[in-house]
Amino acid sequence: MSDKHVDEVSGVETTGHVWDGIRELNNPLPRWWLWTFYATIVWAIGYVVLYPAIPLVSGNTKGMLGYSSRGDVAQELSAAKAAQGVLVEQIAQTPISEIEANPELLQFAIAGGSAAFKVNCVQCHGSGAQGFEGYPNLNDDDWLWGGSIDEIYTTITHGIRNGQDDDARFSEMPAFGDMLEPGQIREVAAYVASLSGTPSDEALVEPGKVVFEENCVACHGDNAQGDKEFGAPNLADAIWLYNGTEAGIASQARNPKHGVMPAWGSRLGDATVKQLAVFVHSLGGGQ
Amino acid sequence: MNTHTRQDDQAPEEIERLDADPVNAAWKRKPLYEARKKIFPKRASGRYRQFKWLVMIITLGIYYITPWLRWDRGPFAPDQAVLVDFPNRRFYFFFIEIWPQEFIFVAGLLVMAGFGLFLVTSAVGRAWCGYTCPQTVWVDLFLVVERAIEGDRNARMKLESAPWTGSKFAKRVSKHAIWLLIGVATGGAWIFYFADAPSLLGDFLTGRAPAVAYITVGILTATTYVFGGLMREQVCTYMCPWPRIQAAMLDESSLVVTYNDWRGEPRGKHAKKAAADGLALGDCVDCNACVAVCPMGIDIRDGQQLECITCALCIDACDGVMDKLGRDRGLIAYATLADYQQNMAIATGNGTHAIDPARVRDADGHYHDKVKHFDWRVIFRPRTMLYLLIWSVVGFALLIALLSRDRLELNVLHDRNPQYVLQSNGDIQNGFTVKLLNMIPEPRVIFLSIEGLPGATMTAPGINQPPSRSLAIEVEPDRLREIKLHVTQPKEYISGAVTKFRLVADDKASNEHDAYVANFNAPERK
Repeated sequence: MSDKHVDEVSGVETTGHVWDGIRELNNPLPRWWLWTFYATIVWAIGYVVLYPAIPLVSGNTKGMLGYSSRGDVAQELSAAKAAQGVLVEQIAQTPISEIEANPELLQFAIAGGSAAFKVNCVQCHGSGAQGFEGYPNLNDDDWLWGGSIDEIYTTITHGIRNGQDDDARFSEMPAFGDMLEPGQIREVAAYVASLSGTPSDEALVEPGKVVFEENCVACHGDNAQGDKEFGAPNLADAIWLYNGTEAGIASQARNPKHGVMPAWGSRLGDATVKQLAVFVHSLGGGQ
Repeated sequence: MNTHTRQDDQAPEEIERLDADPVNAAWKRKPLYEARKKIFPKRASGRYRQFKWLVMIITLGIYYITPWLRWDRGPFAPDQAVLVDFPNRRFYFFFIEIWPQEFIFVAGLLVMAGFGLFLVTSAVGRAWCGYTCPQTVWVDLFLVVERAIEGDRNARMKLESAPWTGSKFAKRVSKHAIWLLIGVATGGAWIFYFADAPSLLGDFLTGRAPAVAYITVGILTATTYVFGGLMREQVCTYMCPWPRIQAAMLDESSLVVTYNDWRGEPRGKHAKKAAADGLALGDCVDCNACVAVCPMGIDIRDGQQLECITCALCIDACDGVMDKLGRDRGLIAYATLADYQQNMAIATGNGTHAIDPARVRDADGHYHDKVKHFDWRVIFRPRTMLYLLIWSVVGFALLIALLSRDRLELNVLHDRNPQYVLQSNGDIQNGFTVKLLNMIPEPRVIFLSIEGLPGATMTAPGINQPPSRSLAIEVEPDRLREIKLHVTQPKEYISGAVTKFRLVADDKASNEHDAYVANFNAPERK
């Protein structure tokens, strides 16, 4: 038997625990405390019966209420979808050119388009729509197929050179490597580079201009300003889809690369494509 | 094996009785759990009881009436004086409106509440517990009901032990019914702080209020009924942490409810008989009035205790008895430990003798000069002054912050990707997300302009204005408006990879403005 210590003041036995000379009285707990304890046990049994509780080898008990946090999320998502439904329907009914005039639809379309862009478009155009070599930057004011809201909408709906959609944008630049002498290619590259002030061989610029006028103006225009009808890029501005150096231009003239974009109208539906068009148009370069 | 067969009831004398007890003998067993001892507080009357009635009326009044006060804020904001508007994330307090990012004001108020509690406790002990704590106030209210139906202490004790008759049943049912109604009213008042009170009351009574309103009222009804009616002192003693913290807050100069045994002891009912026996008795006549009125059921004469909430009702009870006996009041009184100890030293001859009333009083009943009495100046000492100082500094800082806070705010976030956009003519464009906060309940036109960044202009989708250095943007009352901003600087002005400039938001009507120093990014010069 250990020595029992009885507190002098209260006459109560202590538990034998001492902290810095302070002893703990061994008083009985109040009885309602015990009842509270029993109540928690009853609560726990009720919880185990009603809610998912016991882990099994694979999975767990489901509980009578059939509750799951995943179910909660699914419910919230469908509620959110239902709440969006009205606006989505409204966007589907509104012609693309009129959406931006309605502030509520505009805000909703930009948010919805931004979300759809992150899922479907960032793989090629980048997370900031900033583009990469061969994939156009959508923030700037240089548009191959037109930067008005209608033209952007058409481009997204039908895509470019995808061979699946009959209305897809289509054009093909001939491979001038088969038609021009290598010297002529170098000359025309020097001329095109000079248009945007890119350093180039000055001796080749004048003859290059002649080559350009004979071969290129039909699509790229007299002043190399391009033609959105054919997706022919403006060669006189500061923006290059492919390499903008003299050598890069020469390579593109010799054996051009052509970008392809899927037709999104059939994949995402008209309402989403409209939102995407509004979003892209809002990025800063829309016309 | 015992093969002995018992033949005689009488044990042979030669067999010794051993000194052995079973370990679980019935008389040794202690209960593991203690049954609650029921308390029947007697009604007290006196100045502290009067003061407590007053505090009760004021605190309950504030609680029940506040949500119904109106405050006109114009057509674009609610007219409820005090409203916590969770759906719109706004808090209204009379002329003050707080947005979530201004929660620092609430934090500051909590700091003030903390130091206020320190100040009050170090000066006058657990005055919070004794007078203003909701638990105390509601228990008082529940006791009023109990007394009105079942009578005072003796009647209630009698009823408790009486058999279950129709009358007892009727009394108990009506008491609990009224308690529950008070509980409903308590929970009911709470929800009105969170929505427009008149319309919520209408919805609540017609069953159209949101489920959370009914659940909240239900929970608060249950807690009010259980804590105020059933558990009472158990909440203070076992559930509340404050009694355990008080020891750190009190010092020898704090006023606490004290039994002055230096003048009360030795206690006894029969002073004359004792005097005849040559024994001088103190002022305490051992009438137990102080114990009978105590809502915690303790005896203050045992000294300062964890259970004591310093409600001072024992002072009232004892003062009443002293008045009847024609003796000085204050046998039980607010006193400091320092005074008490000095007086005790006098009464006991520095602890060498038992308490002798003759040491503190002369034959005429006058106290000796050295006996210390209550002095209000004890409240003003460095510790309490420090608490008061901190409390005032925090309060003053909050007030200044409140009076000088902006009601127009501008937040600017530069696009991360792309950091800049090259335009076809060589100009550079930067994208920004701009948030304009109109924190007053009036619609405003905010002028957003560029300062610095020569030649630059800006546009914003949704704001149909031509590119310029200043855009007029309408912001709804009490709302935030987020816009996308495209700032373009012509190539001939571009001076480096990063150029700092200012975006300024101006309300020309009220002359309020806010500014943000932003970066304009451009490609590195090669």
